[in-house]
Amino acid sequence: MNDVVLKLDSIVKRFGENVVLRGVSLELHRHEVVCLIGASGSGKSTLLRCTNLLETIDGGSITLFGQSLMDERIDPDLVRRHIGMVFQSFNLFPHLSVLDNILVGPVHALKRKRGEVRVEALELLERIGLAERANDFPDRLSGGQQQRVAIVRSLAMRPSLLLLDEVTSALDPTLVGEVLDLLRDLAAQGTTMLIATHEMNFARDVAHQVAYLDRGVLVEQGTPAEMFANPQHESTRTFLERVR
Amino acid sequence: MSLETDTSSSDTPPRLFAPRRRQFLVGRRAVWASTISSVLLVAAIVAVFFLAPGGAQVRYYFFNPHNMWVSFIGNPGKGLSSIGTGILTNIWIFLLCEVFVLIFGLIIASVRMSQSAVLFPFRVLSTIYTDVFRGIPILLVLFIVGFGIPELRLGFLSHQSPAVYGCIALTVSYSAYVAEVYRAGLYSVPNGQILAARSLGLTHSATMRRVILPQAIRTVIPPLLNDFISLQKDTALVGTLGAIEAVRAAQIYDSTEFNSSSYVVASLLFLALTIPLTRFTDRLIARDRSRRLAGSQ
Repeated sequence: MNDVVLKLDSIVKRFGENVVLRGVSLELHRHEVVCLIGASGSGKSTLLRCTNLLETIDGGSITLFGQSLMDERIDPDLVRRHIGMVFQSFNLFPHLSVLDNILVGPVHALKRKRGEVRVEALELLERIGLAERANDFPDRLSGGQQQRVAIVRSLAMRPSLLLLDEVTSALDPTLVGEVLDLLRDLAAQGTTMLIATHEMNFARDVAHQVAYLDRGVLVEQGTPAEMFANPQHESTRTFLERVR
Repeated sequence: MSLETDTSSSDTPPRLFAPRRRQFLVGRRAVWASTISSVLLVAAIVAVFFLAPGGAQVRYYFFNPHNMWVSFIGNPGKGLSSIGTGILTNIWIFLLCEVFVLIFGLIIASVRMSQSAVLFPFRVLSTIYTDVFRGIPILLVLFIVGFGIPELRLGFLSHQSPAVYGCIALTVSYSAYVAEVYRAGLYSVPNGQILAARSLGLTHSATMRRVILPQAIRTVIPPLLNDFISLQKDTALVGTLGAIEAVRAAQIYDSTEFNSSSYVVASLLFLALTIPLTRFTDRLIARDRSRRLAGSQ
């Protein structure tokens, strides 16, 4: 079996006059972690949203497990059930308890039995040390806890691929660590992830590949060692110096 | 322009005490102040009522206990309908309309917000519907329905009582308002919620049912109840079609006995209906507000 999970080929995305992605190509292999870096507005989030079809692309193609998502017969809902997504602002459902937030996908999208998923959900919560908060509502939790629940919520769907959109950017600096630790665990278990992030140290530690986006163009891509020690392009160098 | 923030150049600290006049209205003295002002206001109203040149006539024509009682219980012998029975008509019209308005309004709102290509003509229709029926005075809708449908001679449909036509007209009018309330509520749910639900692979309708609607309903309940308070009062308009409800009964009494105390009776009965609902709505709004404030820390 070919181990390419996701293939993005010359993705173009416009919002009106504004061209946000100008032909971005990227490949993601099984068990691989790719970090997208770049300034705000460089198109990282848009690229993630195009990947799980939350945005329709204006050019190029997306291939998931060797199947083109551009085909008209593709059901976006089925595609999204295999791709987990975590957002900067958590987006937990405020009217549902922590447990129900995790159950809603498996129960109402995958039509699995509630009792059966509940056991798994509690195990997942146990792993992130929040089992006793299962019946609390999200607004009772700290930002770091909410974000970890949001990650677990997407894991409960057993996705083949996880998209993370600046998941620590909205967090208090003291809470960033607990979320990054969870992502490190996931990476160590071989979870395939595409991560948009501003955390350079995290990218250096965890990523197999780092890709630098600048105004909708994927300027360069390489291993963290190559990218951070010896960036090839002037703009990459400038960006890395600024965030350091 | 200077960026100097410390404008007091001298060493004296700035004055922070309120003027004497305002200090009087603080703490326990504030309770006294509010008591005195309330007593004065009530006294002024009572004085106007009793001392005005026409005070006695007003008390006779509007607040006559005997006429109030007779108009309330009615007098079949003299052809006087009871306002007490009339208000029951208002109540059942209200209850019936409320249920239909809730259902119908939601249907119109969901059609208007739908994205399916098949529903395109219905989307246009529902937009026209809300525009038209929010634009026509309810009284005219009542006349059109109440006098128009019988003229159509559609058999069963054209042989209903005025109260039924009143119900139809009120439902048609209020559904347009309520549809807009629903729509505002549905749009008030942050987009991130929809993105999160869709990226879990929930379908459009599952997202609506599990994520959007439950959150929208919370924001929608106070404005919905406000509309229902108006609906309760507007049931009085059904009297114009000839249904004997409270206001119509009061009118009959006035024109037969030449005493308007019946209107006061009808007003009091309407207040007895609407005040519990207004109080309840206010409580809900206050509760929602405190919960939101607690949520944002």
